Amino acid sequence: MTLTKSAHSRRQLFRKLKSDVMVGLTVLATALALVPLFLVLGYLVSKGATSVNWSFFTRMPAPVGQSGGGMANAIVGTFELVGLACALGVPIGVAAGIYLAENRGGALAQAIRFSADVMMGVPSIVVGIFCYATVVRPFGGFSTLAGAIALAVIMVPLVTRTAEEMILLVPHELREAALALGVPRWRTSLLIVARTAASGIATGVILAIARVAGETAPLLFTAFGNRFWSTSLLQPISSLTMQVYTYAISPFADWQRQAWAGALVLTAIVLALEIGVRWLTRGDAQVAR
Amino acid sequence: MADNKMSTRDLRAFFHKVEALHGVTLGFAGNRVTAIIGPSGCGKSTLVRCLNRMHEVVPGAACTGQVLLDGEDIYAPAIDPVQVRRRVGMVFQKPTPFPTMSIEDNVAAGLKLNGIAVSRAERDRMVEESLRRAALWDEVKDRLKRPGASLSGGQQQRLCVARALAVEPEVLLMDEPCSALDPISTARIEELLLELKENFTIIIVTHNMQQAARCSDFTAFLYAGDLIEFGETKQIFTTPARRETEDYITGRFG
Ligand SMILES: Nc1ncnc2c1ncn2[C@@H]1O[C@H](COP(=O)(O)OP(=O)(O)O)[C@@H](O)[C@H]1O
Ligand SMILES: [Mg+2]
Repeated sequence: MTLTKSAHSRRQLFRKLKSDVMVGLTVLATALALVPLFLVLGYLVSKGATSVNWSFFTRMPAPVGQSGGGMANAIVGTFELVGLACALGVPIGVAAGIYLAENRGGALAQAIRFSADVMMGVPSIVVGIFCYATVVRPFGGFSTLAGAIALAVIMVPLVTRTAEEMILLVPHELREAALALGVPRWRTSLLIVARTAASGIATGVILAIARVAGETAPLLFTAFGNRFWSTSLLQPISSLTMQVYTYAISPFADWQRQAWAGALVLTAIVLALEIGVRWLTRGDAQVAR
Repeated sequence: MADNKMSTRDLRAFFHKVEALHGVTLGFAGNRVTAIIGPSGCGKSTLVRCLNRMHEVVPGAACTGQVLLDGEDIYAPAIDPVQVRRRVGMVFQKPTPFPTMSIEDNVAAGLKLNGIAVSRAERDRMVEESLRRAALWDEVKDRLKRPGASLSGGQQQRLCVARALAVEPEVLLMDEPCSALDPISTARIEELLLELKENFTIIIVTHNMQQAARCSDFTAFLYAGDLIEFGETKQIFTTPARRETEDYITGRFG
């Protein structure tokens, strides 16, 4: 009896030891994964924070050789490009997502789902070249519109797939309840099913925004960049990413400092969007059920 | 059979070519409660879902035969299923208030979702009347703006009844409306049935024999997709004609 008991407790000790080692390893792995993140953020702040000031947000880029100036046009440009991309891409993405969720097994749905998945894997520079060939060349040059189209092309598959996933989470019973009230199918899909999934779809849209706000390559081929205010959608426009790129590869210390500031501001915008999503979906578990 | 509000003739229902109802011919008297009983999987839900064309919503589902509403076949080519569903309302097993809507919006959902514009006063009147009919008004009249999902299960189910009644159907189908409810809520729904039959024709699926005996006028016993016996509830429960019916109601199987 005592023998088996001590064997038993030894085994338990061993188990506890094994468990502790495993927990320790996972904590270590998590820390390793987080270290680069905090290094990047810390480095960005240390390099960029000193150059983020009022004139950074309000001034235009200064000509070479002059110090000072800011990225006002690039900041506005980023918002303009992303806003326009949303206006173009979100309705298409949401509509396609609804279609996919409503016609899950259909041949067309399968084809759309497959191409959306493929498009998500296409490098963004390829999207830029594609839009250069299909929009910029035929329609007379670099423009805000071309840039927004390129970003929209990147957004659509992301929004489509999240919208589909979110709609599929809506309980089947809700759809039936609406249909049984004599509500036509299209109204049911839109006003009950998509509406119930709205906060999830909004999350997907914001994540897609965060993704395209950081894009550079597709914009270089389409929106091109602009040292001045862009006064029409048919003119080239600047963005934070393109401005950071231009300044970062320049030989001027002042520009390089501003590139760090631009990178910091861009990261702050994206971070704010992600935190916004967290906040929007806090306690959303019961909706998904 | 002359004063039947609804009836089926040789109704067969399929799921992907598998026949789940093998030719059911049955009449539902107007302003009466008809109970459909039978063991799980015998086709009760399938039968009632054929009565408001909800069966065909399931992918791969189909049916043949006739379903008459006031003598008119609801499966005739010219008939719009959406219109049928407005005349034949339905309450499901699980309460399904719309999660994005308040209590009053849930009740008015039939109007709102169909884009039917009514004055504020008219809408309020309709919401109140439907909630009163569903015996829920007194419990929710002070919190009509709260989410429908904030109610208890039994209240949610009565909210679903109110929502179905607000469309002013002629027939109300209830598919095991009490199986997710506690005994007190169940009793309330049963009381409700007796009031509702003044104005509506009610068809209720139940696996609770006492419930069928207590609140229905007619009872249909279904077994493995066949209608075994149909008659006045009293007769079915006291002197069933068929051996299977007797076995089922005395609890010998199912
Ligand atoms: N969506 C479905 N797909 C395939 N078969 C189904 C489906 N729904 C029900 N069935 C089948 O139809 C028969 C009747 O089911 P149902 O009408 O739900 O029974 P009940 O409501 O009496 O429990 C069962 O054999 C069941 O397996
Ligand atoms: Mg059932």
